[in-house]
Amino acid sequence: MNKLELAKKANEVRKGIVTAVHSAKAGHPGGSLSAADLFTYLYFEEMNIDPKNPKMEDRDRFVLSKGHTAPGLYSVLANRGYFPVEDLKTLRKLGSYLQGHPCMQETPGVDMSSGSLGQGLSAAAGMALAGKMDGKDYRVYCLCGDGEIQEGQIWEAAMFAGHRKLDNLVVIVDNNGLQIDGRIEDVCSPYPIDKKFEAFQFHTINIDGNDLEQIDAAMKEARQTKGKPTAIIMKTVKGKGVSFMENNAGWHGKAPNDEEYAIAMADLEKIGEELGGAN
Amino acid sequence: MADVKKIATRESYGNALAECGEKYPNLLVLDADLAGATKTGVFKKAFPERHIDCGIAECNMTGIAAGLATCGKIPFISSFAMFAAGRNFEQVRNSIGYPHLNVKIGATHAGITVGEDGATHQCNEDIALMRTIPGMTVIVPSDDVEARAAVEAAINYVGPVYLRFGRAAVPVINDREGYQFEIGKGVLLREGKDVTIVATGICVSAALEAAEKLAADGIDAEVINIHTIKPLDEELVLASAKKTGRVVTAEEHSVIGGLGSAVCDVLSAKLPTKVCKIGMQDVFGESGTAAALVEKYGLDGSGIYETTKAFVKG
Repeated sequence: MNKLELAKKANEVRKGIVTAVHSAKAGHPGGSLSAADLFTYLYFEEMNIDPKNPKMEDRDRFVLSKGHTAPGLYSVLANRGYFPVEDLKTLRKLGSYLQGHPCMQETPGVDMSSGSLGQGLSAAAGMALAGKMDGKDYRVYCLCGDGEIQEGQIWEAAMFAGHRKLDNLVVIVDNNGLQIDGRIEDVCSPYPIDKKFEAFQFHTINIDGNDLEQIDAAMKEARQTKGKPTAIIMKTVKGKGVSFMENNAGWHGKAPNDEEYAIAMADLEKIGEELGGAN
Repeated sequence: MADVKKIATRESYGNALAECGEKYPNLLVLDADLAGATKTGVFKKAFPERHIDCGIAECNMTGIAAGLATCGKIPFISSFAMFAAGRNFEQVRNSIGYPHLNVKIGATHAGITVGEDGATHQCNEDIALMRTIPGMTVIVPSDDVEARAAVEAAINYVGPVYLRFGRAAVPVINDREGYQFEIGKGVLLREGKDVTIVATGICVSAALEAAEKLAADGIDAEVINIHTIKPLDEELVLASAKKTGRVVTAEEHSVIGGLGSAVCDVLSAKLPTKVCKIGMQDVFGESGTAAALVEKYGLDGSGIYETTKAFVKG
């Protein structure tokens, strides 16, 4: 898929996020939107997966360690054909298979239940280790939040992955700079993020995570990196694509009302038009 | 009981894993720098490529096991009960329990028989913590025979299992012809009509000893070994309570949330019966030898005898 097509897909994924969270009247749009380009790249370009066979044995795996951005994962899974896009509107509703945080037993395409921050990277490292033990060539991707890495278990897992030289593991840190209580450097700074992962024996790459070209280059570099896991620290804009949500911590975990939803969708429609219309 | 063979169930745990290694190629053992103490060292020696030492990081070990289980492995995570169930509670709940992954938790050094290390390492709360997790099976073997059987049963069961083992050597009481272990199936060890003693773990042999002493006083005690706290063998407990009308529970654990509470849950709903709970009475332990501690806290044969006698007479 070329970059323009990917950009259009990412815009559709963003529409799905906003629609799902609006319908649920709750959820986390900010961090879902910031990572929408990454979700899109992984599921439409990078990963060896089959939406018709979500449990394919040797598939690449994805763990959404920052599980509150489930709307982003659900939207990309729906757009990739794991389940109907229309079902995104059932997010967080009683009886829906789209739980507030990812549940591997409920949702096709979800490789690990997650959402209690700090735990996903350990599971991803376990998957990567299993691949190494079995001589399989599948890869494992794990998305963490920049606030999430304040959790100590992330660094236990990083130490383990570095020590075990899990070069089939890619950790992506969504560095949108904001957490619930404000700017990450004001709350409890995790900076310098790259130096920390380097110290834990990771290969590190710093990119603009809302630039598909840069995501593409980083993923290729990660594939070529042998003997150590890779950490991609991607600078992003929280709420990316929706004018009033961008760089606003207030939209970490809040749903748009009907009026705001209309503005958000108009913003995204405009971006779509600028990209040259629907696919 | 000087001539009775004694083995710590943590030894049984390590030996059983090593014995099962050949038969179950997906079996993996994880440790957090305590392979020497959890006795998984024997497995490590026999199957070095299938032993994963995670360092002193139990929460990560739990997540690693979860990831391995999603890829078809059968990981046993090994640590002291204090860390395996205590420190790890939320990791076990969310990364193993919620997705119902096929991870086994081998928790050694449970209860006060940890001994000299004292209260910080004496976990009397693990049964309570683990049994609140939906879908979690909780097993507390009473001796070497049962511990080894429980390990293999856990391997063959698909889903999360918490196995509780002890540090101190305990009498072998199940080395009899035809012994069978079935998850969720309690064992009637001694029939009686005056009082039922429902025991688990190290308190099973103590309960048998107590029953002997009670018999000398003319009290005919029934003794039930509940090795699986969850799911509980309700049928066996109810039938015995119906017969004797009085129930004593005995466990090396807090009386809050453990075997005693599980038994009370069943009886209060289906057959209200007076229950006396023997265990740690909402207190922390302390340093001392295992023998001195079980005596002080009334968990040995004499303690169970005295408490049961007073309960029956009262």
